[in-house]
Amino acid sequence: MSTGPTIAHGGALALKPGYADNAADALRDLRPSSDAVDFELEHHHDAASTAQLGFWIYLMSDCLLFAGLFATYSVLHVRTAGGPAPRGLFDLPYVLAETVFLLVSSFTCGLATLAMGRRSRSATLGWLAVTFMLGLTFVGMEVHEFAHMVADGADPDRSAFLSSFFTLVATHGLHVTCGLIWMGIMMVLVVKKGFTPATESRLACLSLFWHFLDIIWVGVFSLVYLFGVT
Amino acid sequence: MNRPARCIVRLLPLSAALLLSGCQWAVLDPKGPIGLQERSIIITATVLMLLVVVPVIALILIFAWRYRASNEQADYRPNWSHSNRIEAVVWLIPCVIVAALGVIAWRSSHALDPYRPLDSNVKPIRIDAVALDWKWLFIYPDQKVATVNQVAFPANVPVELHITSATVMNAFFIPQLGSQIYAMAGMQTQLHLLASAPGTYQGLSSNYSGDGFSGMTFKALALPQQGFEAWLAKVKAAPQTLGPAAYRQLAKASENNPVAYYSQVQPSLFADIVAGRLQQSAGRMVARTAPHAQAATPMPATGAMPGMAGMPATRSN
Amino acid sequence: MLGKLTLSAIPYQNPIVMGAVVFMALAAIAVLGTITVLGKWKYLWTEWLTSVDHKKIGAMYVILAGIMLLRGFADAVMMRAQQALAYGPHTGYLPPEHFDQVFSAHGTIMIFFMAMPFMIGLMNCVLPLQIGARDVAFPFLNSLSLWLTVVGAMLVNISLAIGNFARTGWLAYPPLSELHFSPGVGVDYYIWALQISGIGTTLTGVNFIATILKMRAPGMTLMRMPVFTWTALCTNILIVAAFPVLTVSLALLTLDRYLGMHFFTNSLGGDPMMYINLIWIWGHPEVYILILPAFGIFSEIIATFSGKPLFGYTSMVFATMAIALLSFLVWLHHFFTMGSGADVNAFFGITTMVIAVPTGVKIFNWLFTMYRGRVRFDSPVLWTIGFMITFVIGGMSGVLMAVPPADFVLHNSLFLVAHFHNVIIGGVVFGAMAGLTYWFPKVFGFRLNETLGKAAFWCWLVGFYVAFMPLYVLGLMGATRRMDHYDNPAWQPLFVVAAIGAAIIFCGIMLQLAQVVVSLAQREHARDLTGDPWGGRTLEWATASPPPAYNFARIPVVRGRDAFWDMKQRGVDMKAAIYRPIHMPRNTGTGFVMAVFIGLAGFAMIWHIWWLAIGGVAAAMVALIRHAFDDDRDYYVEAEEVRRTEILRGRTQLRSV
Repeated sequence: MSTGPTIAHGGALALKPGYADNAADALRDLRPSSDAVDFELEHHHDAASTAQLGFWIYLMSDCLLFAGLFATYSVLHVRTAGGPAPRGLFDLPYVLAETVFLLVSSFTCGLATLAMGRRSRSATLGWLAVTFMLGLTFVGMEVHEFAHMVADGADPDRSAFLSSFFTLVATHGLHVTCGLIWMGIMMVLVVKKGFTPATESRLACLSLFWHFLDIIWVGVFSLVYLFGVT
Repeated sequence: MNRPARCIVRLLPLSAALLLSGCQWAVLDPKGPIGLQERSIIITATVLMLLVVVPVIALILIFAWRYRASNEQADYRPNWSHSNRIEAVVWLIPCVIVAALGVIAWRSSHALDPYRPLDSNVKPIRIDAVALDWKWLFIYPDQKVATVNQVAFPANVPVELHITSATVMNAFFIPQLGSQIYAMAGMQTQLHLLASAPGTYQGLSSNYSGDGFSGMTFKALALPQQGFEAWLAKVKAAPQTLGPAAYRQLAKASENNPVAYYSQVQPSLFADIVAGRLQQSAGRMVARTAPHAQAATPMPATGAMPGMAGMPATRSN
Repeated sequence: MLGKLTLSAIPYQNPIVMGAVVFMALAAIAVLGTITVLGKWKYLWTEWLTSVDHKKIGAMYVILAGIMLLRGFADAVMMRAQQALAYGPHTGYLPPEHFDQVFSAHGTIMIFFMAMPFMIGLMNCVLPLQIGARDVAFPFLNSLSLWLTVVGAMLVNISLAIGNFARTGWLAYPPLSELHFSPGVGVDYYIWALQISGIGTTLTGVNFIATILKMRAPGMTLMRMPVFTWTALCTNILIVAAFPVLTVSLALLTLDRYLGMHFFTNSLGGDPMMYINLIWIWGHPEVYILILPAFGIFSEIIATFSGKPLFGYTSMVFATMAIALLSFLVWLHHFFTMGSGADVNAFFGITTMVIAVPTGVKIFNWLFTMYRGRVRFDSPVLWTIGFMITFVIGGMSGVLMAVPPADFVLHNSLFLVAHFHNVIIGGVVFGAMAGLTYWFPKVFGFRLNETLGKAAFWCWLVGFYVAFMPLYVLGLMGATRRMDHYDNPAWQPLFVVAAIGAAIIFCGIMLQLAQVVVSLAQREHARDLTGDPWGGRTLEWATASPPPAYNFARIPVVRGRDAFWDMKQRGVDMKAAIYRPIHMPRNTGTGFVMAVFIGLAGFAMIWHIWWLAIGGVAAAMVALIRHAFDDDRDYYVEAEEVRRTEILRGRTQLRSV
């Protein structure tokens, strides 16, 4: 009784039903076991795509980190302990300006990625520099906003609401800052080593990171600022 | 080791434990309707599960023995690894048991919700409980008295407890009467209990709250109506009263407090504690007394911190 | 200059602690001294500390787990002794402030630094071999994960000698863990040890998911993967999903303690219930992170030693995925008594019971794997059968407590303690022991002594029941957990029985230590020459024992489930005709160095030595960036060298069926 893919059928060999998707295997199995059939011919290891998958998975874990902070904010944002509340605190036009800087930086990051695809070193570096400046502006504006709040007596240890606000927004800001440091390092790498597979893979991951932070910021802007003042 | 020997080895410790323990099965020997219902749930659920668990354990031992490699007589099917019928059964049996338990869980969660008043036409007695470091303060808002580490109520009268903490998380628990519930600062939880027979029941905190936690026990006295009134009279005769200053003194960290009575208590005390108006600002300082210094008879106590004779030990961690 | 750190942080006046510190110091000196005398520092550095080889990293994880098992067990013995002595007028020998550290350290160490490293270590050793890969997806990150975990464990151990540990229980509930109620360094040691090792664990999760999804041998579709690989995949998905929540919980507690914020304080709006929700949203998936690999281990063992494929592969896979998904929907059952209301309690009670369904299915599937098989009672199978019976009992007590009103009288009691030890020891520890015995020959090239192994199993099994059945009884008698003293004399005999149980387990552990020593001494007689000592069914057994660094000279093409069994059936010759150069990652010290700096930074944060904290993090970042600029990170093993290695390892024909 054959357990293989073929059955004897009046002298002729035919494929067993349901074996169609393994036709290549089936044909090979007709021959005696040989090296080329039982072992991989060449070992392809797509390092770049594995790296990007890994980075996506990390981003998902980061997403859950922010989810925890968002959940904490949603529960604690009403606990103002008689102190400053969202409505009086948030300066929407200012935050809108911050948002625009960050969103535009995402766009310029995309342009940098396209330049990398064209293998244009100067364009890539140029757009990365613009992205960097926009990101730095965002962080600067955020720090300024915080300093202003603290000076007004709305510091993070005033109430649970303020603790959760500062932590959520500052965690995002810290991520952006790390992204900026990474961007600086990548620019140096591009200058020193050019577009090696490793550099391209890392730039791809960086741009994933940057866009991800953009999406998180949209969440922050909506849930914290917009929701807070309405 | 053969099968019978293995079984004996497994049963030995359990039987020894049963023999040694006497009859103090608090949870399985409840003295109130809440505890009784909870016990019947435990027994019902256990029996339902044993219906599956006992045959499964038996099968594990039987199959392992019968299909041991040295047994050439047993059927050997090296390529058999699938059977839709067996799959259907093994998915179905747990589903059925879980469905039954699920129904029990839904119904009993609602019936035994700690916040649900008991079905009784007797007016409940309201007692407020405050978890302190490391003792329990009981305030009787209607009788306007307070006690430490002893709570009394008439048997067969529903007890409506409002519970909070003036310190870290604790949990209020009288195992022989039924449910426990957390005591948390800044909020109050509720618990409805009833003692169906007079008696003295052990009470404790069942959520670890620091170094003095083990000593945070109290006695719950379920008394006949007259006995309760006598007890109340004794409390009202106590010299000490519980105002804000006395409370602040009481709230300081101490362990193994003896029972104390207060003949008067400030009416807003419980509300103030819940609202956080009487919070300690300093950390914990502890004066410790011997582990079993809780007196059987209450002292006509001062509200002062017990064990003041020794130096309070300050701990920096 | 040194923050809060002074010489008075060393607990000179506490003889028990100082005894432990001296013992640890002597052990450390003995180990370091032996390495020095034997002149093995260079070897240690080049072959182990800088290794990015998953097999060595896995071995080091398991060694860490073994050492921390001894430390955590010592805590257990101390607790059992105290509770056997401290009733009525007796206070025992441990004052509360010491006892409270002991039980906090016991739980923290056993979960984070024994069970997790054990399972991650076994996955590291076996997984790439099982899927026909040469290593994990990110070997450098793998090394970093290991050393971050080691550093976390070191911080917990250092807390014994310098300062003290948390006195809050292993989950450090606020407000007790807040600065106001725990002003010392104990909770800070706890926080930083867990945060640092938690980063390592999260990176492992990312690493293994990418490995399983991207690096399987050709022909190994998802439904042809070994069950251990499936459970590893689900485990690592749980890690990636759950550990960020732990990170957040600990970070918010840190902000409360260090910057005076009010997430979980008793004032200014803080809400301790938020912490409890967050920590258990992590905490429940965590226990499934521990048990799923064990389920996978048992699946492999029972199939191999029954001489049959695992029964019901497809339903095993779906049951595993169901358990992983459901594990996120049950967390509230850890605090039914917090007063969430009947609807919420009932919902979570029901979801908790539902998770028992796929678990029960697995038990049945293992049962029917034995059915009509030829079961060989080597010690891995003893552990498996011991597990099946013990875990079923533990599961029963769990489902019992899943009914909220039952939990109302059993929550936080010794019944609860008995339940979770029942499932963790019966499930995770037995699984780790089974996996250790099963895969030891593969990793080290020789078998462990079976006689001592079986004796150790019986000690563990009997010891477990003697130690924990009394706790079920005590819980039903109204005894709560974490007591350093109690008044009811009727409880004392049961505590004595439990202490005897601990002593029996101690014998088991001693037997296992003896087993390692004896096996090492007798290794020439127990060499695994074929690479397949048990008649295995999966690809890890298709390599030499131990495998060469590159695992497979040629990656096999997979044709079905139980890939190696299938190859044996078809008579595939593992001696390949053509060898090719193999691309391998170079060893690097960056992971070790980064972890050391981060560990220093963690220690500095605990003692408020701000300059050292910043410096440590900065140095770690510099090391990482230097590594990023390093191009010399891989090399090729020439085909000729592969051929020579294969000949040296005597790769002969496969063991016949």
